[in-house]
Amino acid sequence: MIQQHTEAPILEVHDLTVSYNKKPVLWGIDFTIPKGVMVGIIGPNGAGKSTLIKTIMGLIPISSGFVKIFEEAIDKVRLRVSYVPQRESVDWDFPTNAIDIVLMGRYHKIGLFKSPRKADIDAAMEALEQVKMTEFAQRQISQLSGGQQQRVFLARAIAQDADIYFMDEPFAGVDAATEQTIIELLQKMVQKGKTVIVVHHDLQSVKKYFDWLLLLNMHLVASGPTKNVFTDELLQKTYGGKLSLLSKVGDLLKQHEFPHRE
Amino acid sequence: MTYIDFLLQNIHHVYIGIILICTASAIVGCFTFLRKRALLGDTIAHASLPGVCIGFIISGTKHPVYITLGAFSTGLLSAYLVDYIVNKSKLKSDVALGIVLSIGFSVGILLLTSIQHSNNAAQSGLDGFIFGKVASLLQSDVMIMAGIAIAVIVITILFMKEFVLISFDPSFAKSIGLPYEKIEFLLTAITVLTIVIGIQTIGVVLMAALLITPSAIARFWTDRLSKMIFIAIVASIFCGIMGAYLSSQIPNLPTGPSIVMFLSIVALLSFVFSPNKGIVYKYLLKAKNNQKILEENILKTIYQLGEANKRFDAYFTKKDILEKKIFQNFQLNKGLKQLKNKGYLIQSDESWKLSKEGKIKGQRITRLHRLWEIYLTQFLHLSPDHVHDDAETIEHLITPEIEDKLTELLGYPKVDPHQMEIPYKD
Repeated sequence: MIQQHTEAPILEVHDLTVSYNKKPVLWGIDFTIPKGVMVGIIGPNGAGKSTLIKTIMGLIPISSGFVKIFEEAIDKVRLRVSYVPQRESVDWDFPTNAIDIVLMGRYHKIGLFKSPRKADIDAAMEALEQVKMTEFAQRQISQLSGGQQQRVFLARAIAQDADIYFMDEPFAGVDAATEQTIIELLQKMVQKGKTVIVVHHDLQSVKKYFDWLLLLNMHLVASGPTKNVFTDELLQKTYGGKLSLLSKVGDLLKQHEFPHRE
Repeated sequence: MTYIDFLLQNIHHVYIGIILICTASAIVGCFTFLRKRALLGDTIAHASLPGVCIGFIISGTKHPVYITLGAFSTGLLSAYLVDYIVNKSKLKSDVALGIVLSIGFSVGILLLTSIQHSNNAAQSGLDGFIFGKVASLLQSDVMIMAGIAIAVIVITILFMKEFVLISFDPSFAKSIGLPYEKIEFLLTAITVLTIVIGIQTIGVVLMAALLITPSAIARFWTDRLSKMIFIAIVASIFCGIMGAYLSSQIPNLPTGPSIVMFLSIVALLSFVFSPNKGIVYKYLLKAKNNQKILEENILKTIYQLGEANKRFDAYFTKKDILEKKIFQNFQLNKGLKQLKNKGYLIQSDESWKLSKEGKIKGQRITRLHRLWEIYLTQFLHLSPDHVHDDAETIEHLITPEIEDKLTELLGYPKVDPHQMEIPYKD
């Protein structure tokens, strides 16, 4: 396995195993990410890409191993970390408008029992402007196109003003113009020293978009700079079918309700 | 005596109770509705019946503190039982809800029956919890209910932002470090409390309607959460008071069904008449579209007749028009009359010609039809004999902005795929 570790990593994932209903879906994931790069997480359907970033965000319990961001546990650094869920994970028929969604990105700064102040509203409008959605601020979210909804999610992340961003398929089901807007914005963020980690599907754009890659298929196939990792051989390993023995052992663990660690 | 004292003494305490219950359940119900938990509300309501009975058995009285505490305990227990079953078994939530609801309600009825056979005189009226009996409310009950309702309303206002966030996007809420479990517990707890104070008025069987129907009604009328909550409160209070009043006037009519009847009527009216979502609006929109299509088709046909005769100021008869395009006779008569009234057509005896505005409009529709045909052949690679029917619809839909983009994209073509000239504005 090609696995390039970095000095002073911004994100460290150490021997991470994650299970759904006792069945491991990620096995022994181990990698580090340097500061200020654009990272693509690449792999087939069911490879555990979304599971990986959800686990890093602490949304899914860890079976074994640990995650450190800025050398701390996630709960200590949440103010500096932003997460963009998949667009389909929410109900866009919810009775609210674009600006209110973006304001959610300010909630941790606003705090409990308080309403957004002018500074928060200004920050939200500024974020909408960056994704070219100013004129849609008051638009009911169900009336936005898929691409516009994705931009609203991105604006919410920008309003968080974090240092590291995790994005679950931000390019899924968006139009070409939106993809262009989003990628330019992400590249600008990386230039400013932010780290952006993106679950991605389209192999054609990988070389153009990402400095650093994680190739994933239930286990980590490779991690490192795109130029070292994006090779035919490693892609073949990533996409050449699941490791069937791994799946079978996973099924056994589930059937016998075996603990993953003794 | 101040005016307020006067009001308090003269408005029956029952109505104060109803207003507060309806307000609390409308607010909490909006979140139940948005989180798609309507059936959980129903389950909690049914499962609070055994709690009512246990509260009575322990205390031997119908004192509201014991009844409320009992109902709250089993109601909350049922909510967690549903979660537990879903998490720990292969059963899906609909099954879990069904199981907990029916077990809760049957245990409640068993306990109620045994209490009724126990010869405790204090038990009379306890069966009012099934379908609601507003008349059995005592001033002390109302005091407790009012206190809880006000607490529920205050909590919701304080945590509004957080409740909205966990309802819309739970993963994001967790990702920013919101204490998700605690806030969700708070929301569940105030939902159970609202149900508990509602059941004496409306009954466990129909409490879910008071929780859900006002928010469903409100959703028809608005796309903004703040307005939705406001409309839900108004609808809920109106139906609550009307229902309570009706049940007080008709002997033996329980309050629950009476209130639910009013809620259902308002919901039905909203379904029929609300703007954008109501069926009347949709019907009117369809009629308006058909009208637009008819008028534009007539103008287009007369324009094309003029085109064929190379004279746009000529008069044409209905026969001429019908030879060019098929219309139903009454439709054509109606359309011609309306177009004349709107100034697009000029009539002379039984024949018509285009006015200046009519010509511009007929020309525009013809142009759009032909441009769209070109677009379909060039960009969708459809064959020229397959594009006409599609263009017949799209020509009525294209806005001036799309028209500009279309002409630019196609490079101001001169003829359509059938070699018909494209008429541009003079």
